[in-house]
This record gives sequence, structure tokens and C-alpha cells, in this order.
Amino acid sequence: MRVFVSIWRLRFLLGMQYRTAALAGVATQLFFGLIFIMIYVAFYAQGSANAADISLEQIVSYVWLQQIFLSFIMLWYRDNEIFQLITSGNIAYELCRPFGIYSFWYAKLLGQRLSAAVLRCLPILFVVYFLPGPYRLQAPPSPAALTCFLLSLLLGLLLVVSVSMLIYISVFWTMSPTGSTLVISVAGEFFAGMIIPVPLMPEWLQKTANFLPFRWSADFPFRVYSGQIPVREAIGQIPAQLLWIAALLAFGGWSLRRALRKLVVQGG
Amino acid sequence: MNLYLKYLSIQFRSQLQYRASFWLLTLGQFFIPFSVFAGLYLLFDRFGQLQSWSFFEVALIFGVIHMAFSVSECFARGFDAFSSLIVRGDFDRLLVRPRSMALQVLGSQFEFTRFGRMLQSAVVLAWAIANLPIDWSFAKAVTLLLMIACGVLIFTGIYMLFATMCFWTVQGLEVANVFTDGGREMAQYPLNIYGRWVKMFFTFVIPFGCVNYLPMLYILGRTSGPSIGYMAMPLAGALFMLPCLLIWRIGVRHYRSVGS
Repeated sequence: MRVFVSIWRLRFLLGMQYRTAALAGVATQLFFGLIFIMIYVAFYAQGSANAADISLEQIVSYVWLQQIFLSFIMLWYRDNEIFQLITSGNIAYELCRPFGIYSFWYAKLLGQRLSAAVLRCLPILFVVYFLPGPYRLQAPPSPAALTCFLLSLLLGLLLVVSVSMLIYISVFWTMSPTGSTLVISVAGEFFAGMIIPVPLMPEWLQKTANFLPFRWSADFPFRVYSGQIPVREAIGQIPAQLLWIAALLAFGGWSLRRALRKLVVQGG
Repeated sequence: MNLYLKYLSIQFRSQLQYRASFWLLTLGQFFIPFSVFAGLYLLFDRFGQLQSWSFFEVALIFGVIHMAFSVSECFARGFDAFSSLIVRGDFDRLLVRPRSMALQVLGSQFEFTRFGRMLQSAVVLAWAIANLPIDWSFAKAVTLLLMIACGVLIFTGIYMLFATMCFWTVQGLEVANVFTDGGREMAQYPLNIYGRWVKMFFTFVIPFGCVNYLPMLYILGRTSGPSIGYMAMPLAGALFMLPCLLIWRIGVRHYRSVGS
């Protein structure tokens, strides 16, 4: 365990080095958030009753939470180091280290996302709570909803990292990361509600999204936050998140072991 | 020009070396805007229309801006990825060659996988045009082409601008995304739905409005007054390129190698 804490800490410090980059990121995300909200405001201004599933305020918090926790939920947040390890053959060194490669990478990726979020979270949060009119992020309806949100967000983070581990592992077969990452992440982000919120999708797409793991990482916690999913229901659904995490971890570990068994590193 | 074509063919062949990944990437590039477009479709599916704009009208706007974006990403990628040239010190090598800097940087990288993206935009464009009751005239067709061409120039100008920044900052800046990706996301909806400051900024500072929204009004027959002004709008937008080129020149003169 101590090993993982220190890996985590190293990653975290590395991320903290790029403060200006983080500041630029904050500006970017604020801009994107504003643009998206303006689009939804324009759609909702027509007062059509079709959108009754989710209110404009709930959409606004959905959009802001997406921007704030972008580094938690996006799939394509990739670590080129790992890709290079695999394609260049330096993975041999990794294999010499005295701990499991799966959990090592997992800790690494987790630390990276956490450090990115810490740098960006607070400034954006601070700004969006003070924005005027329809753009302001509302506080969650109850402390219970907030607790539920935090819990499901953390579980969602674990889930995203497990999915992205599968992407890394797939590089053992394809040897070039870009293609497989792209296809998985495009589909994954769509079904996580990153393009449009899941409640705005038609019935059949919502059903598909419910079958896939992706929406548990982003869509679910964000709806819990705004109260669109009531607390009682949310508690009932958290086990589904846990199940997905367990399944993905098991599958990832198994396929990594298989990949390593076949692995040939040429000398040099 | 000859040199540029040579760069093109070399890069094309080298990228085809990783065949499976190349096709997968192209496919992925087809699907990225596809999922965004699907989102747009689904929103219209639910809300019916967007303030007097119908789905196909917005689809046309979407197609134009994505076409411009993908073409510029394919052929002006060298500027987009410029910071890596600076960081590795490879820019020094370009400096000693007796050819134009801008051309060499342009030729240093192409992204042919963006063909997937272009194809997708072309499909959207065709679909939207087929479903819109526009009475086409020669002037309108020219305007549409101008919109795309000048859109490419604006995106390229932004890449150049931020490439020039690298002379001072070394690392690339993420803020550039506000103007390229953000501009694209913004410009795929009609400009009049946004707040005042967004409209102003994207008409007068970075003129996406000039190559997209304003001439589109003319094509869709929503204008009053002389149409020539609307037709010439894209050209006004293309003026954006001039200061960018100028700043690039200044940047090159101020360049100091990182020494690696």
C-alpha cells in the first residue's frame, strides 16, 4: 500500500508543476460551459413541454459538473508514457518491479486524474457559484444528496480508470494506441452523457445507456447532485456501480495477465 | 507549391505504414463529429426547433463549419503541432533551409486521418442541402464555397497565432482550444442564440460569424437589403489571416533556440 501512496504522490506533484496550464484549462472550461448553457437556454426558452424530464436548472448543474470534473470523467485522458512503454519494449523494466503491474498503473492513472481535478475544481467552482442568472450552479437540494453525489462520483472515478486500463491493455495487441482509444472513447463519452445529457435522449438510447458501464461514471452522479435522481433511488443504484467496477477490474486483470504471457520483448 | 505536394506525398506514405491504426483512426475521426451531430439531431428531436431555426438549417451551418475545421486540421496541422518542433529544437533545422518558413512548418505534419471527418461533414452538408427548399443560384453556390474556404483560413490563422506564441512560451497553450474547438462548437449553432458578448467577439475579433452565420442568412433567404454585402462577408472574415501572418513573421525573427 505504501508503494501506491508514494506513486500517487509523485504523480500528484508532477501535475502540480503545470499551474499555468491548469489556469488556461480553467478558462477553457468556463468558456465551454457557458456556450453549452447558452444553447440549452435557447432550446428551453421555447417552453416546450417535451423536456419535462429534466429542468433547465438541472441541465445547468449537469453542464457545470461536467466541466468541473472533466478530468474524472473523460476517457481519453491518456498517459503517453504507458503507451510508449508498451510500443518501445521498455515494459521489460516495469515487469522487473516488485509489485503488480495492474495496480501500479491503476494508481498512476488515478493520481493523475486527481491532481488534474484538484487544480481545476476549486477555481471553476468558485466562479460558477457566483455567475448571474441562469448560468449559476445551484447548491444540491439536501446534504444527503451531496453525500450521495460525492460517493457516486468517487465510485465513478474508479470506474473510469478501470475502463481506461482496458484501453491501455488493448495496445498490447494493436501496438498503436490512437485508433482503439478513439473508437472506445467516442462511444463511451456519448453514452456517459457528455454530448447531450442522458435524460434528453430518446427512450431507446436511454435504455442502451443503462446497459453500458459508461453512464455510471458521469451521468449518474450529476443527476444525483441536482436531485433529478432522488436520494432514496440513488442509494438503490450505487450497488450497480460497485458491480461494474468489480467486473471491469476482474476482466482487466485477466486480460493483462494474458497479454503478458504472450509478450515478447526483443533485446536491445 | 511543388515542394508542398512533395511534403504531402511523403507524409501520406509514412502515415499509411501503420495501416490498421490509420483506418481505425479515420473511422474514429468519422465518429467524433458524428456523435456531436447525433447530439444535435437528438436535441431537435426532442425540442422540435431552435427559435425559428429548423433542424436542416442548423445542419447546414454545422456542415460548413465542420468541413472548414477538418480541412484546416488536415492541411495546417503543422502549425497546430508546432510546439513539439520548438521543444525538440527541430525548428533550427528548418531555419537553415532556403525555403519559406511558413511552408516548411505547414509541410512538417499532415493528418490524413481527418479524411474521415471531412467525409462526415460532406455527408451532413449533402443531407442538409437535399432537404432544404433553397432556390440555388450561381451566386449562392459561390457563397457556400467561399464560406468553407474562408473558414479554413480563419482556423489556420488561429493555429498560426498560437504557434507564434510558442516562440515565447515554448509549451503549447491550452487556451488555443477556446478559439479552435470552442469556435467550432459555438459556430455549429446559429450565432443569434448566444449572449451579446459572444456574438460580438466571434464577429469582430475572431470572425466566425462572417464566414458562417451572416452569409448563411443570405443562402437561406432570410436577409433584407442588398445581398452582395452578405456574399462578401466570408472575404472580410478571411482578412483575419493578415495580422496572423504578420505576427508569425515577427515571431520567427524573435526566435531563440531552446538549445537541445
